[in-house]
Amino acid sequence: MTSRLTSFCLMLFFVTAVPAEIAGFPFESETQEQRFRDLSSELRCLVCQNQSLADSNAGLAQDLRSELYQQVLTGNSNNQIISFMTERYGDFILYKPRFATKTLLLWLAPILLFIVGIFCLIRFSKFKNQGQQTQVNEEELQKIRALLQAEEEKQ
Amino acid sequence: MPQPAENQSPEQKPKRWVYLLPLGLFAVLMVFFFFGLGLNPRLLPSPLIGQPAPEFSLPKLSNANELFQHTDLKGEISLLNIWATWCTSCRQEHPVLMKIAKSKQVPIYGLYYKDVPDQGVVWLQNYGNPYRENAVDEDGKVGIEWGAYGTPETFLIDQDGIIRYKHVGPISWNDWETKLLPMINSLRNNNDV
Repeated sequence: MTSRLTSFCLMLFFVTAVPAEIAGFPFESETQEQRFRDLSSELRCLVCQNQSLADSNAGLAQDLRSELYQQVLTGNSNNQIISFMTERYGDFILYKPRFATKTLLLWLAPILLFIVGIFCLIRFSKFKNQGQQTQVNEEELQKIRALLQAEEEKQ
Repeated sequence: MPQPAENQSPEQKPKRWVYLLPLGLFAVLMVFFFFGLGLNPRLLPSPLIGQPAPEFSLPKLSNANELFQHTDLKGEISLLNIWATWCTSCRQEHPVLMKIAKSKQVPIYGLYYKDVPDQGVVWLQNYGNPYRENAVDEDGKVGIEWGAYGTPETFLIDQDGIIRYKHVGPISWNDWETKLLPMINSLRNNNDV
């Protein structure tokens, strides 16, 4: 099955301009439809792993979409639906990883790297050297001015 | 941060170890890549390990009038194999399941997933039937309960109906001998004590 599905998914990969499959899911209200759209794009298709449930046409994605549809219709909250999915498929089904101790590094890495970057910038950048150079240049400038003046006086 | 004294030469260079930093960072990255890229993204940890088998009640493949239920999985260590006739890897796995069934170590139950019952009956007649019983999950709803995402998948279920292990993809004889059988034996031993 996997090879067949993989090639099928690969084929789908090239035609993903297709909008989210809303057809066939009649909703009672726009909020329901919006929730369905939001959730189906937040949840990952586990067969075509780089597609959301909304984008994928894999059999499992279709099944999970109709599960999602049913749950939205019954009025389950987003949290209820998400925990339904993660209880069965694990956190991997979430496109946006949870903020937990396991994912702490993942979430904080950008901030950490930013701080390290700023530190390195200040510590090793040319700013400081330039400052020192201008100080030195000031002394040298005076010498140069003196020399120039002397030159002018000669003329 | 100690400030450089005024009388030091302005061209003072940063300490030597600083130049080793990029190399060090590169090495750390390489270690992450080495282990990260070696992982198979298809193998997802199942949140069901350690949990009781999900509840279900489905018609049997052998007789649509009888029900096969999660409670039938209790009482002895068993394997639950999710399969279908459209699943080529299941065909590849089939001889190994036959061999496991022949060894009489554990009963194998099947969850016949998103397929036409008649085809499954014919398939088993043609290739042999390693299953003690099959539950027919035509619409795949029970598959979702079990977190199925790529057949074949096999669960190891203990005497109390608790899921102990999940194998994604076809089981090889080596998988059976090095992973499943030792786990089954240790489950047996724990129960005897």
